[in-house]
Amino acid sequence: MSLLRGTPRPASPLPAAPKTAPQRDDRDAPRSLAFRNMEATIEVTGLRKRFGQTPALDGMTFTVEPGQVTGFVGPNGAGKSTTMRVILGLDAPDAGTALIGGHPYRTLRHPLSHVGSLLDAAALQPSRSARNHLLWLAHSQGLNAKRVDEVVDAAGLRAAIRRKAGGYSLGMRQRLGLAAAMLGDPPVLMLDEPFNGLDPEGIVWMRGFLRSLAAEGRAILVSSHLMSELQDTADHLVVVGRGTVIADARVADLIAAASADRITLRTAARSEAMGALAQAGATVAATGPDVLTISGISSERAVALLTANAIPFSEVSAHRATLEEAYMELTRDSVEFRAAQETQGAL
Amino acid sequence: MNAGIITPYRPRVRPGHSGFAQLLHSEWTKLRTVRGWIIGLLLVPVMTVGFGAFISSSSECGSMAPGPAGQLVSVPCTAPVGPGGGLVEDQFYFVHQPVAGNGTITARVTALTSSSLQPWAKAGVIIKANTAQGSAYAAMMVTGAHGVRMQWNYTQDTPGMTGPVSAASPRWLRLVRSGDTVTGYDSADGLRWNRVGTVTLAGLPTTVQAGMFATSPQPSSGAQRQEAGHAIAVTGTLDHAGVAGAAAGRWEGTSVGARPIAGGPAGFQQTASGFAVTGNGDIAPDVGSGAGSTGTPVSHTLAGLFLGLIVAIVIGAMFVTAEYRRGMIRTTLTASPGRGRVLAAKATVAGAVTFAGALIGCAISVPLGERLLRDHGNVIEPVSALTAVRVVAGTALVFTAAAVLAVALGVIFRRGAAAVTTAIVVIVIPWFLAVSSPALSTTAADWLLRVFPSAALAVQQTFPRYPQVNSPYHPFDGFYPLSAWAGFAVLLAWTGAALWLAVFLLRRRDA
Repeated sequence: MSLLRGTPRPASPLPAAPKTAPQRDDRDAPRSLAFRNMEATIEVTGLRKRFGQTPALDGMTFTVEPGQVTGFVGPNGAGKSTTMRVILGLDAPDAGTALIGGHPYRTLRHPLSHVGSLLDAAALQPSRSARNHLLWLAHSQGLNAKRVDEVVDAAGLRAAIRRKAGGYSLGMRQRLGLAAAMLGDPPVLMLDEPFNGLDPEGIVWMRGFLRSLAAEGRAILVSSHLMSELQDTADHLVVVGRGTVIADARVADLIAAASADRITLRTAARSEAMGALAQAGATVAATGPDVLTISGISSERAVALLTANAIPFSEVSAHRATLEEAYMELTRDSVEFRAAQETQGAL
Repeated sequence: MNAGIITPYRPRVRPGHSGFAQLLHSEWTKLRTVRGWIIGLLLVPVMTVGFGAFISSSSECGSMAPGPAGQLVSVPCTAPVGPGGGLVEDQFYFVHQPVAGNGTITARVTALTSSSLQPWAKAGVIIKANTAQGSAYAAMMVTGAHGVRMQWNYTQDTPGMTGPVSAASPRWLRLVRSGDTVTGYDSADGLRWNRVGTVTLAGLPTTVQAGMFATSPQPSSGAQRQEAGHAIAVTGTLDHAGVAGAAAGRWEGTSVGARPIAGGPAGFQQTASGFAVTGNGDIAPDVGSGAGSTGTPVSHTLAGLFLGLIVAIVIGAMFVTAEYRRGMIRTTLTASPGRGRVLAAKATVAGAVTFAGALIGCAISVPLGERLLRDHGNVIEPVSALTAVRVVAGTALVFTAAAVLAVALGVIFRRGAAAVTTAIVVIVIPWFLAVSSPALSTTAADWLLRVFPSAALAVQQTFPRYPQVNSPYHPFDGFYPLSAWAGFAVLLAWTGAALWLAVFLLRRRDA
C-alpha cells in the first residue's frame, strides 16, 4: 500500500538502536549456530587489490554498524563496487579481510539470511519472469514461493511480477533487486547505487524503505556517487577515493563541522557590511546579490557591529550546510582525492 | 501486507535448509523458467527422431529385376541368418552329394589360384545341412594366406597346418561326421592325420550335403572394391576326392547364394585327375561392410543424434554462459558461495534433463528407424534385447556426458560462442568426419574415434569383428576402434578433465 505510493513507512515500534546491536529474542531455536551468533555488522580491514597495474583498493578500512544507514560515497572508480564484491566473497583481495558479523561471507551457511545485496540491477535473464527470478533465488536458500510473494509486495512489484524481467525499466529492476536482497530477511543489507534509474517518487520510496529497515536495527550500506541522493537518508558516511577511506563520520557531525560557526546575513548594504565585519576580524564571502556568509565571529557580535554602524539588514541566521557542501569541505584538502577525480575525468 | 518485510531486527524468516538438494532445485527452477531452453530440450528428441527418420527413409537397399510381366520391380536386399541368429554371408560354389547318416569326406588340395589371391580365399571340403544359405556347416579348407583352417557355422575358426599350398606341398583335408559332431583333420601325405578340431552342429539332419567348395571374398579396401559383376574368384584344384558312407556317389554342382546379378565366374570342372572348383563370395559372418555384405547396423537408425547432440551442447553451454553474459553468475555465487557445488548442481541438472530428452529420442528412433529401413529394402542386423538397450541407453548417456562437458566448457570460456564451438569441434565433428563418409581412411577415422570424446559413440557398435573376415571395419560401417565402454570412458575422461579445470578456474577467478 504505502510503499507503492512512495510514502516512507513509519518506523517500526522497535526503537532504532544505533551503534549497538539490539538484543535478540532467542526463544525460537535457531537452525544454525552461525546464524544465531551473527551480528549485524560489516567489518572491512586493510583491503588491497590490484587489477593489473591499477590499484583498485588501497587499504580500505571501515565498519558498518547496525541500526543506521551508512552511505558509501566517492567518485566512480573509487573502489566502492570492488569493496562490495570483496565483502560478498566474489572477488578475492590481495590483502585484508572483510567480515560479516565476524565471519567471511563464503563461510556463511545461509548467506542470504545474513546479507542481502544488490550489486547490479541489470543482472537478470531477460526471458525469465521477475517472479521466477526471485523463485530460483528463494529455492537456493530453501525458501518457498510464499516468501517470494511477501518481498514482491514489499517492493511494490505485485502488478508486474509475472512479466519478463527483460521488459523492466531500470527503476523496476532496482525494486526487483531490492526484493531479492530482502528474501532472506537479512540483518545486513548492501546496495550498490540503488537510486540509479529511480524516478523522484521512487527515490523518496527508496529513502523511506532504507530508513525503516535501519530503524529495525539492520545494518545498511548504500553506495552512491551523488551526495544529494543520500541527503536525509544516511546516518553515517564513509567517503572513499582512490581505493581508500577519506572520511568516516556521522552525517550530523559532518554537517555541523561544515556549518561550523558560519552565519548567513541578508542585507541591502552589502559593501558597507563587508567592510565593517572584515574590520572586526571576520571572514566574509558574498554568496548572493544580498547575501553574505560570515565566519570568525559570533552572530551576537555581528548584530552588534551592524547596529553600531547603522547598517540595515533583514536577516541573520546560523548557516546550515548541505551534505553536498559537507562533502566538498571534507574532500577539499585531499590532494590525493582531487588527483583521483582528475584521473577519473581523464578516463 | 508489509509484515513480511517490516519485522523486528531479529529476522522473522528463518533460513530454510540449504543443502545440495536446494541448489539442485534452484538450478532446475532456472532451467525450466526460460522458455527457449525448454523448447531446446524438446528439440533434442525431435531432432534426433526427425533427422534419423529422414536418413533411414532415404537409405535404399535392393536392386531392380524383371518382374513377372516383364517390367522392372524392386527387389529388396536379403541377408541369410546363420544358426547363431546373426546375419551371415553364404555364397560359394559347391560340388556335393548327399550323405545319409555318419560319413567321411576326404580330398587333397594341390593349388589355390586367382587373378588376385585374397588372404581369406578358401577351398576345401565341407559338410553342410543343405544347400540353403545360412544352414549349418563345418569345413576344412586351405586359404590364400592363413594356411589350413577349420571353420564352422560362419563365426568359428581354428587353425590347422600352416604355409601355402602347392603341387609340391599339397594339403589333405578330411571331415568325419558322427551324429551331431564333425571332426576335421589335415595331413601332408594322406597317411598321418592331425585332428584340427571337433565341433558340434546342433540339429544336423540325417542326410547332409558333403563335398568340395571354393569361394573368395572381395578386396577389403574401398579403392579395390569392385562391383559384383567383376567379382574376383578363386579356383581350388582338388583330387583324391572321396566320400565314405551312405553317399549317392554322383557329384553335383550348385552355386550357393547366387545373386540375381551375375556373380562372376563360378562352376567346376571334373578331369581325369580331379576337380577344379571356382567360386566367389564368402562363407562368413556378415560384418556390415565389404562387397558381400548387405546387413545394416542398428546404429544407422540413430544418425539423427548428430543434430540432437548439437542442441544438447548448446543448451549445456548456454545454461552457464547466459549467467556470465548478464552478470547473473554473481547473484548465483552470492546465494551459494560454494562454487564447486554450484557447478556440480548445474552439471547435474543439465545432464539429467539431457538424459531424459535423449533417452526418449533414442527409444523412438531405433524402432522407427528399423521400420523405415526395412520398408526401404534394408536388412537390419538382428541384436539381442540387451544390446538394443545398451545402444539406446548408451547413446542417451553420451548426450548426457556431452551436455555436462558443454557446461564445464561454458565455465571455462564464459562465452557461449567459444564454449559451443569447442564442444562441437571435439564431440560432433570428429564423429561426423569418421562416420559420415568412408572417404577418410580407416586408420585416420579410428584415431579420431580414439582420441576425441566422439569415441563414446562406440556404445552403438553392434557388429563384432572377426579375424577370419577381412573388412575395412570402418566407422562408417559402425565399427569403432574402442569397445563400447572403453569409448565411453574417453568421453568421461574429457568431461572429468573439463569439470576439474572448470572448478579450478571458478574457484580461482574473481566472479
